[in-house]
Amino acid sequence: MTEERTGPLVELRDVKVHFPIKSGVLIDRTVGYVYAVDGVSLSINKGETYGLVGESGCGKSTLGRGLLRLVEPTDGEIVFDGTDVRSLKGEQMRRARRRMQMIFQDPLSSLDPRQSVESLLVEGLKAHGLAGDKAATAKKLREALAAVGLPASALSKYPHEFSGGQRQRIGIARALVLDPDLIVADEPVSALDVSIQAQVLNLLEDIQNERGLTYLIIAHDLAVVRHIADTVGVMYLGGLVEEASSDDLYREPMHPYTKALMSAVPVPDPQVEDRRERILLAGDLPSPTNPPAGCRFHTRCPWAQPKRCADERPALREVLDGHRVACHYAEDIAAGRIRPHEVEPELVRPDDGAAPGDTGELIPTL
Amino acid sequence: MSLLDVRDLSVVFQRRGERPFTAVDKVSFSVEPGQTVGLVGESGCGKSVTSLAIMGLLPRRGNKVTGQVMFDGADLLALRPDDMRDRRGRDIGMIFQDPLSSLNPVVPIGTQVAEVLERHRGMDRKAALKEARELLDAVGIPDPNRRLKEYPHQISGGMRQRALIAIALACKPRLLIADEPTTALDVTIQAQILTLLKQLVDETGTALIMITHDLGVVAGLCDTVNVLYGGKVVERAARHELFARPRHPYTHGLLNSVPRLDSPRGERLHAIRGSVADNIPWAEGCAFAPRCDNVVDACLEGTPPLEPTTTGGDLRCNNPVTEEVAVP
Repeated sequence: MTEERTGPLVELRDVKVHFPIKSGVLIDRTVGYVYAVDGVSLSINKGETYGLVGESGCGKSTLGRGLLRLVEPTDGEIVFDGTDVRSLKGEQMRRARRRMQMIFQDPLSSLDPRQSVESLLVEGLKAHGLAGDKAATAKKLREALAAVGLPASALSKYPHEFSGGQRQRIGIARALVLDPDLIVADEPVSALDVSIQAQVLNLLEDIQNERGLTYLIIAHDLAVVRHIADTVGVMYLGGLVEEASSDDLYREPMHPYTKALMSAVPVPDPQVEDRRERILLAGDLPSPTNPPAGCRFHTRCPWAQPKRCADERPALREVLDGHRVACHYAEDIAAGRIRPHEVEPELVRPDDGAAPGDTGELIPTL
Repeated sequence: MSLLDVRDLSVVFQRRGERPFTAVDKVSFSVEPGQTVGLVGESGCGKSVTSLAIMGLLPRRGNKVTGQVMFDGADLLALRPDDMRDRRGRDIGMIFQDPLSSLNPVVPIGTQVAEVLERHRGMDRKAALKEARELLDAVGIPDPNRRLKEYPHQISGGMRQRALIAIALACKPRLLIADEPTTALDVTIQAQILTLLKQLVDETGTALIMITHDLGVVAGLCDTVNVLYGGKVVERAARHELFARPRHPYTHGLLNSVPRLDSPRGERLHAIRGSVADNIPWAEGCAFAPRCDNVVDACLEGTPPLEPTTTGGDLRCNNPVTEEVAVP
């Protein structure tokens, strides 16, 4: 956080990740696409923490994976430290991955239960040919463990011998041994109890301060992201709807979705809870296989205006200094020229849009 | 008289060849009609087991439940299974965390709601379905006529949780137990469900036991909060009192370790050190002692008693926190 900032380390330009939906018995026919990430542009500066928030199904995890090419992006440009990641092939890509590491949500399922901690940590070094010198390797492992606050004796143990918080520390150590520049952390604390969450968040901050790492933190918990991130991007249904510095976003959320999201986060303080106003969104997230035309949020937006919101997809534009919003009426809403109105909830079914042509009528069973 | 009075409830799990494990250790609390009571704690603190024991839903083998659960003057733990079945769903409703696994996947929503009405209110299928339609409408499910015929996989998570609430409320129970009802849901959906629960409790006068790990949920909903640690109540206080002046070091630590949306950025979180695995058995002292900043010698010399505080709550601590939490 205190690092000097020298230009972007990562730049995404109009990145799209679409998953085909296949159907058919013998021949696979593509019947539609899940538009998981649909045109996201953002840049992450060196030494910065970028927080990506959104609800389940908004594409935040897919974007993180797409950045490391763990899923292949359909379109767009990913520039990591000056090189276009998408143009890298095989061996080049594998080598580039040393510099970008990932921390996963569930430490138990992302650590092989049959590998000792030592073997887990050495694996990455071996894969990148960095484990030649035994003494140097042992030193690296000890340093990585020390950085995450685990004793060197942990090396001979197995994942099941640790608690959830300690396992997450092992996951972090595994990312650290390779001395990466970028760490993508997908929901790093959401599987942990609150008292342990704080330990891991503090640890991530300490490591960043020591090593000048760049983080992309993906989380659904707005409070966590606000705490740790310098810049926050809010995603809704595959697109970035708002991006601003953490403080600006909190002080003045401009996109209606961000406003609703903020107002929905419970605050552990009855004084605040009793006073504050809630913007309750009607209905559920529409299906990413069949996103609404125009602004993707217009079906649930209490500020939606006739015509334009349903017809034209708003671009992410800079409304205030460093504050980008994808809303046609951001200024009008901020100035109070547009008042919120009631929205009729629509029922969204998880399989909507999966089978075009099916009107969704069900066979009555009663 | 209290609606529900839990006295010295203990649940001990014991499997052959293993050491017995006390999941709930002499927990006592009471719920007044129309009141919302919170049971808060982290995983493994015994909050869910407490609710299952009250409902008589623990497996018959492998555990021992002792104490009393007085509901309406009768001890639920002493009831015969048949009598308990009559009460469950009629007098006490329950909402579970994961609506997909607590709804029957091969039965339409409407039938699942109607079932309760047929069983407890002796309605015929037609009348029950009509009532079910109204219930679905009351919990805010749009187009209830169509939803009646749909299966759980066809509706979204938030709608499923609403359906589950409709089932729990079908017989107008006097007590509703909600076990992490919003944990599986997104925040915007969570806000919808919490608002709905609050409305229903206000309108029907149903008492609510809210079991959650989320202090934010408690702050907006509960009248009285019980904080559990290692199977025991460590602190009980009225909502405002608990959040403004947490006395137990565990409660204090929890409140300080949660990142808040409205706290200034970059402030370091005060984590509680160690983990639940560091607990010591209550018999040997305070279970929280190994993680506690306020630990004194007395903490390792036997279980501290739960004593009334001057502010009308209860506290189990030898060396409570005295400073106030600053309200930003």
